[in-house]
Amino acid sequence: MTIQEWLENAMQDADRRGLPALRPLLEAFARATSVLRRADWNAEATGRSDTIDAR
Amino acid sequence: MHAEPGTIAELARALEARELTAERVTERCLQAIAARNPALNAFITVMADEARAQARQADAEMAAGRRRGPLHGVPISLKDLIDVSGVPTTAASRVREGHRAPTDAPIVARLRAAGAVLIGKNNLHEFAFGTTNEDSAFGPAHHPLDPRRSPGGSSGGSAAAVAAGMAYASIGTDTGGSIRIPAAACGLVGLKPALGDIPTDGVVPLSTTLDHVGPICRSVEDAQIMYDALRGEPSTEAGRQDPPRTRPREARGIRLGLLREYFMAVLDPDVASGFESACGRLRDAGVELHEVAIAHAGEIAAIYVHIVLSEAAAYHARTLEHRAEAYTPNVRLRLETGRYILAEDYVRALRGCDVLRAEVDHALSGCDALILPALAVPATTLGAETVRVGGAEEPIRSIMLRLTQLFNLTAHPAITVPCGKTRDGFPIGAQIVGARGATTALLQLARALEPCLTPGPVGLRS
Repeated sequence: MTIQEWLENAMQDADRRGLPALRPLLEAFARATSVLRRADWNAEATGRSDTIDAR
Repeated sequence: MHAEPGTIAELARALEARELTAERVTERCLQAIAARNPALNAFITVMADEARAQARQADAEMAAGRRRGPLHGVPISLKDLIDVSGVPTTAASRVREGHRAPTDAPIVARLRAAGAVLIGKNNLHEFAFGTTNEDSAFGPAHHPLDPRRSPGGSSGGSAAAVAAGMAYASIGTDTGGSIRIPAAACGLVGLKPALGDIPTDGVVPLSTTLDHVGPICRSVEDAQIMYDALRGEPSTEAGRQDPPRTRPREARGIRLGLLREYFMAVLDPDVASGFESACGRLRDAGVELHEVAIAHAGEIAAIYVHIVLSEAAAYHARTLEHRAEAYTPNVRLRLETGRYILAEDYVRALRGCDVLRAEVDHALSGCDALILPALAVPATTLGAETVRVGGAEEPIRSIMLRLTQLFNLTAHPAITVPCGKTRDGFPIGAQIVGARGATTALLQLARALEPCLTPGPVGLRS
């Protein structure tokens, strides 16, 4: 699920539940998730980005 | 009004010398609570009758020659997340209405064994989920210097109580900075020990991966005394020679890694100036400072928020479904946000913790400890959502957590020590970080640095 898809789904659910005040929090959180997913230490199945040894 | 003497160590000497009684000291603290708590709202529950009875018992034991150690007869308060048998643990929330703790948390049992007088339960940010103590079912806690300002959080009531002379120390919790932030804001010492040093059983959790228990107090020596008691270890008697493991080091020759990049990029000018002055005093004392960096510092906040929100949401899921209206609105919304986090992103955040832990270990490899400011801004205004720093409006929650949350992620012990004041007279704190698992060594080093960092009177007492 892309971040954009996640955000749209979450906002729709927040609206359905009558919690529009969640929208700005979800938007801010999506920005944090974007930072997390862009980090260069994320491993992926292609084998690229396995460059940081944290052990 | 403040209880005298000023620190636990000083009080312990006075009690042992029979210059004071525990009953008198406790009564002074209760008088301070009666006088100042209406304005500061630092306490949710005051255990006056129990405290008086404990104080009388302490005096009787000491008179009979059965002294338990430096905490014997010393009034201590507890953040209202910590179970005390027969007393409500409110977590500053209506969600916990009707709760009464069936037993003492293990840390409370240890404090009782050490002879501490438990004087009451302190106000906090609801469920420890905030940095200002303003979202509480019992109303905000207020800064002792200015009631329009926050004492920091989430252990804000604890810090306000100690700064205002209502207790000699308080036990707080720290998930992203909730001991160190209010300690820095109120001019106190706040210790986040290494992860696992102090048991968290009987303490309402926020994020079990990140939660720590530790003291807020008036000196590093007091932090050592409290740390030993919380671990159930025999403590050094105040005034007697410290055993080698706790004996203060000489400041000269200590090597500190200064975290400047990222950590000092967004700082209130007075905080920056005060911290730099403190570093100058350290250098004058023969301490070596050299700059170190954390390569992935830019991801700290993102990693932190994915872990804390996920874990908090898991704990609160049932009550969010059935009693959402019982939360304060802001805390409820943030908990609800956590329920949307994907498992894959939580796992990414855990990987990020590993990366950061290795980077902090590496930064420490060439020095005895790390040093950085504890809090990027002085005590903030209650009700404000942003604070102006360096020409930009910064969200309060993120700026408050900016300098502390890393060491919850990595589990390194960290202590904040007062190091000056802003031009308006609000405290500034320096944070010292030790090697993983080495809280005692950190305390030993901090005691050596404290006279350089805190040249003036401790806390807010004048």
